[in-house]
Amino acid sequence: MAAVLAMVARGCGGVWRRLRQRCAVRPGSGPFPRGERAVACNARGGMMSAGKSGLTPWIPVVGLEIHAQISSNSKLFSGSQVQFAAPPNSLVSFFDASLPGTLPVLNRRCVEAAVMTGLALNCHINKKSLFDRKHYFYADLPAGYQITQQRVPIAVNGSLSYSLCIDNKMSQMVTKTVRIKQIQLEQDSGKSLHDDARSQTLVDLNRAGVGLMELVMEPDMCCGEEAAAAVRELQLILQTLGSSQAVMAEGQLRVDANVSVHHPGEPYGVRTEVKNINSIRFLAKAVDYEIQRQIEELGNGGTISNETRAFDSKLGCTVPMRDKEGKQDYRFMPEPNLPPLILYDAKSLPANMNHQQVINIDWIRERLPDLPSVKREKLVEQYGILPEHSFTLLVWQQDQNCNSRHSNEDGLPEFFENVVKQTQMKPKKVIGWILNDLLSYLKQHSLTVKESPVSSFLLADLLNLLEKKEISSTAAKQVLAELWKGKGKTPLETVKEQKLELLQDQKELEQICQAVIDGQENEVMAIKAGNQKVLNKLIGLVQKKTQGRSNPVLVKQLLEKKLSE
Amino acid sequence: MLRSSLRQVSAALKEGRVTPTELCQRCLALIKSTKFLNAYITVTEETALKQAEESEKRRKRGQPLGILDGIPIAVKDNFNTAGIETTCASNMLKGYISPYNATVVQKLLDQGAVLLGKTNLDEFAMGSGSTDGVFGPVRNPWSYSKQYKEKSVPKSHSEDEEYNWVITGGSSGGSAAAVSSFTCFAALGSDTGGSTRNPAAHCGVVGLKPTYGLISRHGLIPLVNSMDVPGILTRCVDDAAVLLGSLAGHDPKDSTTIQDDFKPFELPDLPDVSKLSIGIPKEYHAPGLSSEILSLWSKAADLFKNAGAKVVEVSLPHTRYSIVCYHVLCTAEVASNMARFDGLEYGHRSDVKDSTESMYAATRREGFNDVVRGRILSGNYFLLKQNYEKYFVKAQKVRRLIANDFGKVFGSGVDILLTPTTLSDAVPYTEFIQEDNRTRSAQDDILTQAANMAGLPAINVPTALSERGLPVGLQFIGRSFQEKQLLTVAKWFEKQVQFPVIQLEEAERHDNGVFQHQKSASFS
Repeated sequence: MAAVLAMVARGCGGVWRRLRQRCAVRPGSGPFPRGERAVACNARGGMMSAGKSGLTPWIPVVGLEIHAQISSNSKLFSGSQVQFAAPPNSLVSFFDASLPGTLPVLNRRCVEAAVMTGLALNCHINKKSLFDRKHYFYADLPAGYQITQQRVPIAVNGSLSYSLCIDNKMSQMVTKTVRIKQIQLEQDSGKSLHDDARSQTLVDLNRAGVGLMELVMEPDMCCGEEAAAAVRELQLILQTLGSSQAVMAEGQLRVDANVSVHHPGEPYGVRTEVKNINSIRFLAKAVDYEIQRQIEELGNGGTISNETRAFDSKLGCTVPMRDKEGKQDYRFMPEPNLPPLILYDAKSLPANMNHQQVINIDWIRERLPDLPSVKREKLVEQYGILPEHSFTLLVWQQDQNCNSRHSNEDGLPEFFENVVKQTQMKPKKVIGWILNDLLSYLKQHSLTVKESPVSSFLLADLLNLLEKKEISSTAAKQVLAELWKGKGKTPLETVKEQKLELLQDQKELEQICQAVIDGQENEVMAIKAGNQKVLNKLIGLVQKKTQGRSNPVLVKQLLEKKLSE
Repeated sequence: MLRSSLRQVSAALKEGRVTPTELCQRCLALIKSTKFLNAYITVTEETALKQAEESEKRRKRGQPLGILDGIPIAVKDNFNTAGIETTCASNMLKGYISPYNATVVQKLLDQGAVLLGKTNLDEFAMGSGSTDGVFGPVRNPWSYSKQYKEKSVPKSHSEDEEYNWVITGGSSGGSAAAVSSFTCFAALGSDTGGSTRNPAAHCGVVGLKPTYGLISRHGLIPLVNSMDVPGILTRCVDDAAVLLGSLAGHDPKDSTTIQDDFKPFELPDLPDVSKLSIGIPKEYHAPGLSSEILSLWSKAADLFKNAGAKVVEVSLPHTRYSIVCYHVLCTAEVASNMARFDGLEYGHRSDVKDSTESMYAATRREGFNDVVRGRILSGNYFLLKQNYEKYFVKAQKVRRLIANDFGKVFGSGVDILLTPTTLSDAVPYTEFIQEDNRTRSAQDDILTQAANMAGLPAINVPTALSERGLPVGLQFIGRSFQEKQLLTVAKWFEKQVQFPVIQLEEAERHDNGVFQHQKSASFS
């Protein structure tokens, strides 16, 4: 969790400027040496003044183009299966290999996924959309063109709200919105594997023709953190909908960033496109690096060229991509083998129409699951937990999906809710056990919530012992450590076996307290001199002696009483 | 027997007057003795005989798959045939064996038809002569007919015959020649700008281009996806109706086929045209139209008039833009469709290995002829961002206007349009190749092309012989999906004109053979 929080926590504002000049950027040294980040953070979005240095501020502008692979059994236009890491060229139909005479047949599931996504992102769904061919020669594009939706995409004019933290503080979250220009359906390409040693290229067409949703975000963001937070929220939404597994590492979510900088009141600067970003963390880095690079380039009197750059995650910087064919003219043309894609709503749905043959937008809308924002609100409202905790619950669920490939089922929020149902402990206290103890254990062992050796039932059982003051929280942690081993014992059995019950014998406890006081003369002197903090050390020592079986509140009372005697 | 119609021979098969194997063997023998026509690229003797044998078994069991069971057919070599070479008459696909059958091929095979082979064409169906394929030009069987030989200038040398042979028209020239020379009873062609009707007219056979979307294009190697239609070539209109019935209907593999069920139909024996309104589009009186054809056209109109039909002159004002508009749309789609031929997945691959790009370039240079390369080049030009609006979008708009013209005419009460199919009868090869492919195509498609723009059904009906003893046909264009009406009118017309049978020495020899065989068989 730490890494995730740290990322979101940096935050930034609308205006950047060169604070420390000449922050040299050398490959390998990383773009932002610590303490030299040339970023003026202003998370409230206000504009920073030019500052004492008198330099004109720069406004960075960031837009994203995101390709999300649709989670479907078969490809967008053919019946071949969709599967990650299958043997090369084992999932290739005649159409996927572009054998002459083959024709595309649109996959209904892919259309539904795009409609769902469009609705979840507040888009206008076009009841009539069109397919186009985009031409370019590439070894992993067998037809010599990609079928996409250039003229009239399936969804337009949406928005995505996302939250991010200000100044490293989880408690200070702001919500921002980025406009979604459009969502278009298109084919994925195959994969080229360049074998430089033998100077040959191997082509794997398993991915060729898999359905993609291309989401174009308007340039409403201004730094890496915002871009990262927006993508994280999008990822969560896609996974909640099940429209994409959206695992960046598996290429199911590919993000390209368009970056430019300009002075206030001036038109947008020339933008560059940054590609080859394969994690959200790198997205933030790549965008920030590119902003900084452009500011420096312009500051040095240079110019920015409209180019495509690749993010090098090892060097932490962007480098110009080898421009293979110069400027591409994609020679777009309507796809003649696919009639316009017509969608219906309750109003336009023709009577006597076979429902298997039409897609009803309203029907899909009614069946949308709770989106992450709604889920979070419900968690906060129902259980009184902090908003940032609701974020953690859901974000972690998202990370989980990367491994488990089961979206939206048996995740962390559900685990939390199940524990709450089975315990008298207040949800506000339960959340601590979930976020600190359960999470750190699962993370340490790379386990999914489902794989947790401690079920929600067992954890609730344990928390009940704690709540009933039968064990101390220190003992509870010890029991939990035992439970992780998964030996099939109940918390109560473990408590008994390890003798972790709270010491009920007051006399015995008093003796132990006395022994501690007797052995710590210096500390006693300090306390008597007024340094009450030292008392905690004595409490700790009593806990140690009792192996965590003493009630700290009671111990404190006893010690205080004895010291004041 | 070989010269009878599909329906007749099917009846003969049913009655046991001939067996599928005998029929197949006769056709194969005739293919061999008419090899000089160059109608076939591939003759599938072995599989054909096997299919005939299977058919024979079914027929013996009394369980034929239908009217087509045992009928020898041929398929243009731009339809995919599983396990059989599919070349498009191009170096690019020479030796290419497809792993699947085009839907139309599959349908024919499923109904027991015997596939004799793949017929010749212009490379990738780009042409109007069937002269521009890598396997050489197709010769029109009429070049060797008694009718043509008698009428043409007296010759003494065989060299002159070599000099005088006429083209079949194209691009489905191989299929038209195959049907015309009696080597098969029906053939599949394709029709994008007239490629079925044009050779049908020159070879004196029926050529039907059905409504776009009525027959699946799956497996037809495309020329212009938005205009391509599998075409049907037969000896008579009734046979065309039979083929249509066996091929038409929705195909889940082709999203542009219509969902509605197609009900196969039979044409009335005594069609009535008296209640019809026949439109004569004045724009089809095009420059270059031969006086012979003009007068035939007018006589045909009179036939309808005399039969009580209403004959009206109509106008399709945008027809004259059809060719230039077609040039843009066709080349653009060609540029796109041909992009897949890069030598990677299938087909020809050049030995040039300097880089992937140079391999592409060399492969495409070696694989395509000048015509194909020329169209790819102009198509890409029209699709460039700076030209797209100016050419492609404009052409699409004009296409809409052309289609609207037809809509208006049919909306005004006209049932069928009557036009010439070609400007003249077939020209000798030596004359044909004086002009380049582009000029030829532009001239030759002029009367057929607009129907493709509008997606309408159209049919060539052989009408008469020209002064030179060569076939001339007229074209009927109908309303979308009104094939039954179109074919009914065509059948009526066919009956009126009594187009003469080609007198082809080879065919007569083989056919007599069948009859002799029949005799001896029946006496034994």
